[in-house]
Amino acid sequence: MNFLLTSQVPLSWFLVLSAVLFVLGIVGFLIKRNLITVFMSIELMLNAVNLSFVTFACQWHAVKGQIFVFFVMMVAAAEAAVGLAIIIAIFRVRATLAVDRIDLMKL
Amino acid sequence: MIFSWLLIIPLLPFAGFLINGLLGRRLPKWLVTTVALLAPLASFVVVANAARAVFGARLALPYTETCPFPWIDVAGLHVDFSFVLDQLSLVMLLMVTGVGFLIHIYSVGYMAHEEGYARYFSYLNLFLFFMTVLVLAGNALLMFVGWEGVGLASYLLIGFYFTKDSAANAGKKAFIVNRIGDVGFLIAMFFLVANFGTLSFAEISARIASSPGISSCLLTTIALCLLLGATGKSAQLPLYIWLPDAMEGPTPVSALIHAATMVTAGVYMMARTHVLFDHSPTALTVVAIVGAATALFAATMGLAQNDIKRVLAYSTISQLGYMFLACGVAAYSAGIFHLMTHAFFKALLFLAAGSVIHGLGGEQDLRKMGGLWKKLPVTFAVTTVGVFAIAGFFPLAGFFSKDAILYAAFLHAPYGIVLWAVGALTALITSIYMFRLWYMTFLGKPRSEGVHAHESPWSMLGPLVVLALLSIVGGWVGIERFGAFLAPATGTLHLESSIPNLELTLSVVAVAIALLGLLVAHFFYSTKPQAPEKLATTLGPVYQLVANKYYVDEIYAALIVKPLLAISRFFLEWVVDAAILGGLTWLLAGVANFTGAILQKWQSGNLRSYAGWLAGGAAVMLVFVMVPWDFIGALFHILLKAAGH
Repeated sequence: MNFLLTSQVPLSWFLVLSAVLFVLGIVGFLIKRNLITVFMSIELMLNAVNLSFVTFACQWHAVKGQIFVFFVMMVAAAEAAVGLAIIIAIFRVRATLAVDRIDLMKL
Repeated sequence: MIFSWLLIIPLLPFAGFLINGLLGRRLPKWLVTTVALLAPLASFVVVANAARAVFGARLALPYTETCPFPWIDVAGLHVDFSFVLDQLSLVMLLMVTGVGFLIHIYSVGYMAHEEGYARYFSYLNLFLFFMTVLVLAGNALLMFVGWEGVGLASYLLIGFYFTKDSAANAGKKAFIVNRIGDVGFLIAMFFLVANFGTLSFAEISARIASSPGISSCLLTTIALCLLLGATGKSAQLPLYIWLPDAMEGPTPVSALIHAATMVTAGVYMMARTHVLFDHSPTALTVVAIVGAATALFAATMGLAQNDIKRVLAYSTISQLGYMFLACGVAAYSAGIFHLMTHAFFKALLFLAAGSVIHGLGGEQDLRKMGGLWKKLPVTFAVTTVGVFAIAGFFPLAGFFSKDAILYAAFLHAPYGIVLWAVGALTALITSIYMFRLWYMTFLGKPRSEGVHAHESPWSMLGPLVVLALLSIVGGWVGIERFGAFLAPATGTLHLESSIPNLELTLSVVAVAIALLGLLVAHFFYSTKPQAPEKLATTLGPVYQLVANKYYVDEIYAALIVKPLLAISRFFLEWVVDAAILGGLTWLLAGVANFTGAILQKWQSGNLRSYAGWLAGGAAVMLVFVMVPWDFIGALFHILLKAAGH
């Protein structure tokens, strides 16, 4: 992490990158039709948030931000396991992964 | 007052009711019996002790006990739990607890093999509790509590064999018909509160005595409302119909509640409120007419009944009519006198009928009895006393009291002779149907084979013998002394006549009438046993009319019960069921459905729309956080100031 502190790359760049990645995640979440892509977009948003956490942790010399990152990664791993299992189950039943067609909750 | 002995009188039977009612199923039978008998006995001892104190001039009447806390205390109305012992309530209490105790003893033998032994005695004790409250009450509201309570006990005991449909229905009929009368009592109380501001009997009397200007119209209204209440409880026209059906209850109950005590509550109530009646000649006239009409009407119905208990029931209605007649001619003490003697001989007759029914294994039809005098000698002997007493033979109790009423009626101006004639005619019919019962039950030949009648145990015969003695000597005190004793409570009785030897003449006529009744009954039911049937066929429609009790039940059913049921059913089915319950359900369901239809549009089930809402919401919150609200507020403030403030 020290290279972050010593490097000449300004703080804002990290934050801008984080924001860009987050927006990419949102856009992908909203417009992609494939369920796996949507799922990956969610992972992208989580990691964008992780990046900003780490950035601020270095900036303020606070270890709390880094602990948060570990929590998020842990939740993301669990979520990936559950989410992929659900996706496989859906695919087996519906033979499609298009989110528009997965509308069983609709009345 | 440290020890309140007056309150003990009702509370002892109440304790008996609680013990037997709550624990009776688990207690051994002998303990149930002991508790049930001790309660009325102890009450009777307290009352008898009070009576001794009164006659020994150690206790001044009226003696009042009031609970230290008020019952109702609101603006313009103050009601206490006040119990008053005066001459009137003393006589009633002696009779209620004394006859009540005898009937309790009798019940031990009569109910020995019945289911619900403890339940029966708990109800009987409950009845005594409410009856003593009714008698002791110092104000109309407390009396009403007892009044309703005895109605409840009556309902419970008529429907004692509640698995029998007819008994359950008879209980309901008695309860509902009594409610109609109670409306009258309630309205009278409303009038009393509105116009006198009190319900205490003593205060009302004082108020009326001190202000002669009270409108007699008001007093007439109150008195007539009270009369309606009395006709319900005392089974007078037009509300008498419940009493014959009340015979569905066990026979000792018929003796205690539906002959000796509860049904006389109406007469007692009128004697208690006699000041109101005294000031209203109209109300008195109505009372006299109701009494005389009921006496005659019920007596004719008694002629054609074949159920031994129903004959006695109609006889009770008829005798209560006599008491009303006495009240109607303002001879309250004569009414109470007859009430007392009637309690003796009618309780005796009912209990004797119970003994006959018991001995025949439940048979109540007079046509299947006959010749029982050999098999039931004691019952026969006491019934003979009772029959001669009610028929009015000298020197039995009924002679004195009936004579007093007829004499008072005769002296009543201006239509006394009519009342007397109706009373005398009733006496003739009474004599005929009572001797008819006597002949058909005990004399002649047995009319049904294979019945092995057996005499009742001594627990039943003992009370019968005591009541028979009372039926003989009960009237010997004489109306003059009895009236003089009651005078402080019921007003003095004026029975002076300008005609010499009138009282003696009337007495002789009364005994002659009773004798005539005996001869008629002897002719029809002993000399010529075929004569009644011949007469019935000759009279045809008239006999049918009487045998069917003038179709009054049917008329009431057609005029009141059926329309009421139809209206109730209409309300239940269309207003309550369809409109209120159905409508409310549909309304609630409709509201839920409607809001659901709107909200479900939101839940498209489409993942991307959810995501869109989520992102949009997050964006709105971001914008909200980033807007410099403080700055805008300050700017707005400045702008307002600049605008001229």
